Amino acid sequence: MSDSDIRDVIIIGSGPAGYTAAIYTARAQMNPVLLEGAVTAGGALMNTTEVENFPGFAEGIMGPALMEQMRAQADRFGTTIVTDDAVEIQLDGPVKYVRDGSGREYRARSVILAMGSGYRELGLDNEKRLSGHGVSWCATCDGFFFRDADIAVVGGGDSALEEATFLTRFARSVTLIHRRDELRASKIMQQRALDDPKINFAWNSEVADLLGDTKLSGVVLRDTVTGHLRELPITGLFIAIGHDPRSELIKGQVSLDDEGYVLVDAPSTRTNIPGVFACGDLVDHTYRQAITAAGTGCSAALDAERFIAAAH
Amino acid sequence: MSTTVVTDASFATDVLANTKPVIVDFWAEWCGPCRMVAPILEEIAQEFGDKIVVAKLNVDENPVTATNYGITSIPTLNVYSGGEVVKTIIGAKPKAALLAELSSYLG
Repeated sequence: MSDSDIRDVIIIGSGPAGYTAAIYTARAQMNPVLLEGAVTAGGALMNTTEVENFPGFAEGIMGPALMEQMRAQADRFGTTIVTDDAVEIQLDGPVKYVRDGSGREYRARSVILAMGSGYRELGLDNEKRLSGHGVSWCATCDGFFFRDADIAVVGGGDSALEEATFLTRFARSVTLIHRRDELRASKIMQQRALDDPKINFAWNSEVADLLGDTKLSGVVLRDTVTGHLRELPITGLFIAIGHDPRSELIKGQVSLDDEGYVLVDAPSTRTNIPGVFACGDLVDHTYRQAITAAGTGCSAALDAERFIAAAH
Repeated sequence: MSTTVVTDASFATDVLANTKPVIVDFWAEWCGPCRMVAPILEEIAQEFGDKIVVAKLNVDENPVTATNYGITSIPTLNVYSGGEVVKTIIGAKPKAALLAELSSYLG
């Protein structure tokens, strides 16, 4: 199947960055097509609960509900939303080419990259084997199965603390495993976790191994200061140690930094390739908020609009 | 065919005793990735309804079956044939990936 029209813009990715870029380019009559992902539509916020810091929602809003609203807003102005993944991206030359997982092809004079990031793995041999058998990356999905259990969360950022706090609804105890002796999470999230009687802290600790035959029975923790090893018996381990940018498909085309984030000519969203713009968590290893992603999604849309206008 | 709803009460009859292979989607309302995979399963049910049954089991309302099969992560898709689990797929995956993993039951 082929979409023979050469469009003004293709947007790849659908978190706050992608949907905001779609809202703006659609309102600018650029006839955008948005590849929102086959199973990742809505992005990282689809696996969260309450979002308390997105301006305009005084009482907070559920992450999935916020994304449904953004999607509906992009749709309302005529974005062509495709629930599929980009599997091939060619960015050189004046007409860019994208193919999706169903073999549909798209061509456009500009592309907005908003693929976001994927969760990071510990990189341990037993992690994959026990994934879905006690090891999880989604507290909101899987917390339910650990009622009255002793479980742990690895990580020290906002996501880790949000997960730990959420998991206390179900678990008997939640141990937060963190390799340093202080957290990098926001003060409000820290205070909430420190005040929670169900949350214990394993400071200066990293996961050295995962134990269990057919399901998780515990982890081996290594003290990052002394190197001492100890076992922590748990039946659930939630991994929240950060994210890596999803830039595999554009590696070798767009300039990336050492960690794989797309380099842009800040404060614009221009990449090293004319007509290619990047926004959201794909670019940002500093702020990583829904509101900053939406902000750069808007910038990318305006940059793309100006690029197309100048070319005409 | 569309997907069928199964419960703790109907599991033995509708799934274990079924003459066709049955894909059971263990899901819940509050699971984002479950919502992503739901329309894909509807399509698979429509397209391959003569070969397989696609069943949905809400883990919130049917904790017994979820516990019996050691489900600790959703979405989990279990394929049952002759009353036994013959395949387990954990996590939301795109349609093409699901079709590839399920190919021996759809042929």
